Amino acid sequence: MRTAFIKELFELAKQDERIVLIVGDLGFGVVTPFMEQLPRQFLNAGVAEQNMTGMAAGMALSGKIALTYSIANFPTMRCLEQVRNDVCYHNANVKVVSVGGGFTYGAMGATHHALEDLAVMRAMPGLIVVAPGDPVEARAATRAVIAYSGPCYLRLGKAGEPVVHQSPIDFKLGKAIQMREGRDATLISTGGILQNVVRAAERLEREGIETRVLSMHTLKPLDAEAVLAAVRETGAIFTIEEHSVIGGLGSAVAEVLAEADGNKVLFKRIGVSSGFSPHIGSQEYMQDCHGLTEAGIAKAVASALPAVTNG
Amino acid sequence: MSQEKQVNLTELAKRIRQHCVRMTGKANASHVGGALSAADLLAGVYGAALRYDPQRPDWPERDRFIMSKGHACSALYAVLAESGYFPVERLETFYRNGSPLAGHVMHKNVPGVELSTGSLGHGLPVATGMALAAKRDGRSSRMFCMISDGECNEGSVWEAALFAPHHKLDNLIVIVDYNKIQSLGAVKEVIDLDPLTDKWRAFGWAVREIDGHNLAAIEKAVTQVPYDAGRPNCIVAHTVKGKGVSFMENKLLWHYRAPMGEDMTKALAELEETK
Repeated sequence: MRTAFIKELFELAKQDERIVLIVGDLGFGVVTPFMEQLPRQFLNAGVAEQNMTGMAAGMALSGKIALTYSIANFPTMRCLEQVRNDVCYHNANVKVVSVGGGFTYGAMGATHHALEDLAVMRAMPGLIVVAPGDPVEARAATRAVIAYSGPCYLRLGKAGEPVVHQSPIDFKLGKAIQMREGRDATLISTGGILQNVVRAAERLEREGIETRVLSMHTLKPLDAEAVLAAVRETGAIFTIEEHSVIGGLGSAVAEVLAEADGNKVLFKRIGVSSGFSPHIGSQEYMQDCHGLTEAGIAKAVASALPAVTNG
Repeated sequence: MSQEKQVNLTELAKRIRQHCVRMTGKANASHVGGALSAADLLAGVYGAALRYDPQRPDWPERDRFIMSKGHACSALYAVLAESGYFPVERLETFYRNGSPLAGHVMHKNVPGVELSTGSLGHGLPVATGMALAAKRDGRSSRMFCMISDGECNEGSVWEAALFAPHHKLDNLIVIVDYNKIQSLGAVKEVIDLDPLTDKWRAFGWAVREIDGHNLAAIEKAVTQVPYDAGRPNCIVAHTVKGKGVSFMENKLLWHYRAPMGEDMTKALAELEETK
């Protein structure tokens, strides 16, 4: 996703000199072509995220499309008040980009586990929150946030994730993409966990459970229509995210469900429920520890559905 | 500098102070002390240095002024009204229900305000970004940013202070309103800043240390930038909290107390006598 993002951004920046990429002294090897070929549209702010974000707002208020780029929680929480006041309150055309959503940097330790960013950023007034599910979505999301005039948060994974979308997608901010159809339940996924969710759905199918899969790449504004349609048509909703179960996709969907008229629905959030993870390790290991592998997700879904559906 | 200009700045500073006292007094609002300490500096910036057009607040070539010490908003609103951005009568609505003039600097529906501030340490990074954008776009705009002494406790100030000299932003001017009193005590007793000019100099800024109530010195300092081509500019302005009203000067109390009733009458009478 990181590679898809930077490649797409590079192409866009060549066409639009308003685009400025500001990095927080991170992106070794990744941002090099951009830095070398578009030096006037590149800036290393150093290890200083508050200044990076404030400067991005200042540049955006001077006509630029400014992107801040760093990893894990650094471009979001370290400078949250700059995001809120300088960027959001001024409706500044700033795109906050974080690489390393969830357990991408699992072995790096708890400081580098990005598990609350979606919750925190979702609460920022006027901020669009996007967490693409694979490199195809990452590329489309990059185009979409640049085309959108206003503050956005783009949560990416790492480099080298598999392509989940095998055919072209119709990507629109705020519009979920349906990956599979099924009548027994709907699995709603956000961010880089998408492949595990799709595979879990395939596994469930082999067990006789037909699930719809939605890639909810835009967390805010949430596609409430797609959620409510899933309730009506499938009757059970599972949210899956490599993020805390507090405040992210699960909470956003729960808000829609709780306010909907007369819908009684089986609902379960699948995500990190332990607060800080007590573990360190590879992304796959961490997903396994927290029930977020293909098998873990399938098991959680199957065991929550009524036995009659399980056939 | 002409004598006429000097009179103008004196008059402007006096009107800013009178507005500040009336606005905070009528609204029962805090922060009159830090507004009065900044009044002469604002008069100098708006009266002598800033290139702006109140008819075109979005003019791209304009100089920007960012009031990072957002609590001293009454002084900024006053100088904006006096500079023609909106009618002076609007100052009467300060702090009232439904008014655009909030108790910290807010930009919505207030022409001339470049940045909403109130949480300290935000203005200088934003001004730095604006300065860099102007340099890269070949615009001659300059960015003035006023910060308070207490604000220098914020790490974000020093992040920008490190960045700006490295990028040779000589179109950036930070003005420290060094009135020596912060929110809960004397700067010297809370977190001593001295030697403050040495700190900015060591970070790579071209620094001038002035009496922040000497309008001739202020005019020189704000109009002679850049002091040294390729280096950002810092004006350390020694000021007096509550300047111009004898019973407010150097008193922590007037960070909070509003000049109401008899206090307002006395304060306005003293300011009227200002030469």
